[in-house]
Amino acid sequence: MVGYKFCEKMIAKAAPGTVELVVFGEEPRPAYDRVHLSAFFSGKTAQDLEMAPASWYIDNNIRLHLGDPVQSIDREHKTIHSHKGFTETYDYLVMATGSAAFVPPIPGVDKKGVFIYRTIEDLELMLDYAPKATIGAVIGGGLLGLEAAKALLDLGLQKTHVIEFAPRLMPRQIDDNGSRLLQGKLETLGLQVHTSKQTTAIVGDDVITGLQFADDSILEADMLVISAGIQPRDELARLCGLEIGHRGGIVVNDQLQTTDPFIYAIGECALYNGMIYGLVAPGYEMAEVVATHILGAHKAFTGFDMSTKLKLIGVDVASFGNPFTPADQCRSIVFEDTMKGIYKRINITPDGQHLLGGILIGDADAYNMLLQTAKNKVILPPNPEDVLLGARGGQEAAGAGVLGLPDDATICSCENVSKAAICNAVIDGHETLDAVKKCTKAATCCGGCAPMVKDLITSTMKSQGKYIRNVICEHFDYSRQELFDLVKIKELRSFDTVLDHYGHGEGCEICKPTVASILASLWNEMILAKGNDTAQDSNDRYLANIQKGGTYSVVPRVPGGEITPRQLMVIAQVAEKYNLYTKITGGQRIDMFGAHVSDLPLIWEELVAAGFESGHAYGKALRTVKSCVGSTWCRFGLHDSVSFAIQIEQRYRGLRAPHKLKSAVSGCIRECAEAQSKDFGIIATEKGWNLYVCGNGGSKPQHALLLAGDVDSATCIRYIDRFLMFYIKTADPLTRTATWLNKLDGGIEYLRNVVVNDSLGIAAQLEAEMQVLVDNYKCEWKEVVDSPELRKRFSHFVNAPEEKDPTVQFEMLREQKKAANWAK
Amino acid sequence: MSLHNTATITWFFACKVEDVPANGGVCVKYLDEQIALFHFPRRNEWYATQNLCPHRQQMALSRGMTGTQGGEPKVACPFHKKSFSLVDGRCLSDDTECALNTYPVKIEDDRVYIGIVNGRDTETVMA
Repeated sequence: MVGYKFCEKMIAKAAPGTVELVVFGEEPRPAYDRVHLSAFFSGKTAQDLEMAPASWYIDNNIRLHLGDPVQSIDREHKTIHSHKGFTETYDYLVMATGSAAFVPPIPGVDKKGVFIYRTIEDLELMLDYAPKATIGAVIGGGLLGLEAAKALLDLGLQKTHVIEFAPRLMPRQIDDNGSRLLQGKLETLGLQVHTSKQTTAIVGDDVITGLQFADDSILEADMLVISAGIQPRDELARLCGLEIGHRGGIVVNDQLQTTDPFIYAIGECALYNGMIYGLVAPGYEMAEVVATHILGAHKAFTGFDMSTKLKLIGVDVASFGNPFTPADQCRSIVFEDTMKGIYKRINITPDGQHLLGGILIGDADAYNMLLQTAKNKVILPPNPEDVLLGARGGQEAAGAGVLGLPDDATICSCENVSKAAICNAVIDGHETLDAVKKCTKAATCCGGCAPMVKDLITSTMKSQGKYIRNVICEHFDYSRQELFDLVKIKELRSFDTVLDHYGHGEGCEICKPTVASILASLWNEMILAKGNDTAQDSNDRYLANIQKGGTYSVVPRVPGGEITPRQLMVIAQVAEKYNLYTKITGGQRIDMFGAHVSDLPLIWEELVAAGFESGHAYGKALRTVKSCVGSTWCRFGLHDSVSFAIQIEQRYRGLRAPHKLKSAVSGCIRECAEAQSKDFGIIATEKGWNLYVCGNGGSKPQHALLLAGDVDSATCIRYIDRFLMFYIKTADPLTRTATWLNKLDGGIEYLRNVVVNDSLGIAAQLEAEMQVLVDNYKCEWKEVVDSPELRKRFSHFVNAPEEKDPTVQFEMLREQKKAANWAK
Repeated sequence: MSLHNTATITWFFACKVEDVPANGGVCVKYLDEQIALFHFPRRNEWYATQNLCPHRQQMALSRGMTGTQGGEPKVACPFHKKSFSLVDGRCLSDDTECALNTYPVKIEDDRVYIGIVNGRDTETVMA
């Protein structure tokens, strides 16, 4: 990462064509984001983690040698030799060789099932091994160790132990009280923490079966990750005679030069002032210093603040400034709430003027503010506890809030972006987080400052008199979630009454379908009744999908994709009779295209008579529950995926939501139904079902994440009920579940807490609300077919209902018709 | 009777008021023309435009969603959501798009009449 950053800085700083960059890397892929390595297990691919694609190097004329480590450096002739036999000369050489995992000399570390946690290859090995393991252990309760423990949880291990040699977790960042609280929190999430434990041996013949400790106790485990610290990769520097520290690390001066002035070392391999900086932000700062220095300007590295904030398995942990100032040199304010699992401590100067540092666990929202308050020596309010607890009553504390920071305060410490730079970008018209990220690079690395950048965007826009609120449109000053609650409380049942109560004007193509969807999601009444027909999107209004040329397509529901020969014959007869083009859909159904609007009720009359129901292909509603054939026929199938898919499709058919919903059930891990690409997908396991949520295909495909593992059918359905209702109630209009989850604070852990652990205490209510919708289900097309009044709406000409649109034209293609091309 | 190039309006009977869904539209056949007719009961207003959306030449505006933009009544085409003013027919979502023809509407005894302005269209109109 640091090597990549150096290239980026050189490209940005040097005049085009004046520098030639050659990069050698040991790993088979370009630089990737190690900070977010555990995201690999929650569905990110190696490609997602890339700092920049290989093409970036080509575009910037950087010669990139991957899988080709440098073997030796000839300092006299300023040349290097690579493993694959290349020789390159250099003017300057920058070593960004990073670090390796430190593996303590414990007997048995070479047994099968013992892993380190460092590279994507390590992760791939773990991924392969995890299905065989049930109890995991991690040696090391530091930052990386806890990340590794999260990885084991994500891999589905039933139990994971964390073993720490020191008497507390994260000994470099937090104090004993903080560690105790963090430990309690992690244990509720399924991690067993053992402190003051020294591992003396790894037990097992060929394969690990457990760990032995100095106190003679034994812990059973069949998968172990060692994360006991880092070891600078200094062997190359050592080989060419550069000075190395006693405990490793390439010695550098404040220009990051090694003892050879033409060779620099940056990142975790560099030893500055007796210290290895094992975080990404100081590494980036080093890259900046070296790039500046090589290009002839002056800049020095003067050490770096090691403040850090991260989310460990859903628990915020942060420490900033100096959290360990001795008691005689500071005053401490401590806030502890064991009920909610929150611990906060700040150290302030004895005169109460300045903040020196602190620790935040369980709630680190104030981290950026506090860090900046400490770094910029902002004068504390008269009651310094206000910065910890917020002003309570009376006026808001002066100096609080992001606006109180000086212009030169660093907001993004990874990329060293100041508050002024962000505010100026907003004033220049970059008014979204994405735009500011692009323009300033703030929040592009660890992302920790993103909330603060968002606050700056909002406050800067407000200071310019711009109004920002997530309202539906000009007719409703409410967000969808607000309106949903209001409509529910007032029990409103038509667009007109909702507009009367909460809107103004006539509505539009944005708010009408949104309100219509809310009404359907709340009451599940016939969508064409109560004057709501004209509030429906065009497809919902005609209960069919409008296609090129103005004809419609018809998709009957085929639950789970199971269809009898007799039903196939009915579809064939109808399609022939009304001259419809037929095609198998991606969701295991049959789509019939080219129906005139006036033919729709006739077509459905025949389909309904044969037992078909609406497939809701036209609605923001449950579409299809795809299934593989499962244990009824398949020699690999664990359970009857077809029956379960049918049960699920029939339960949620007609359910309307902020966007369409797709689902699938696979009968085994081969995943033939592609359940992990669906809004909710189910995969059979030996013991039950794994439930995945919030995947989608579409323009930005995203894999679904595991919500619950090995649950029985009834539990699975209960969780789906809760998940879907929670999504329906809180999502913005036209937001798929994947996008909704991406925006959800706390992500999948939070969602799991709500759905599985009922952390909000609403699970029973969500289930009851879903049951109302299930009980109210009726086939819309059957209702239309049976109602002369509704049927009347399905004609092209109001004054010539028997005539079809004469402008509709078809062409022939492969013995079927197709819509004529768009007219020029 | 045959009328040529006179600036009179010929009214023809389109349908009954009850035939048009509240806050929505229908398509009215007039000779070989298709006219979209819209009812805004909350403001007690009626509008008529050509049924053809000029964007992709689709006979679809009568099935579009009606509404207002800054108080101005409009319709959004169901195909690609291009919005058109119902007052003067101009496209509200794209400056380069052609405007719609608009027609006057009047109501007499729960009957809806659409007016054809003679002389605007080159074809001969039978009254």
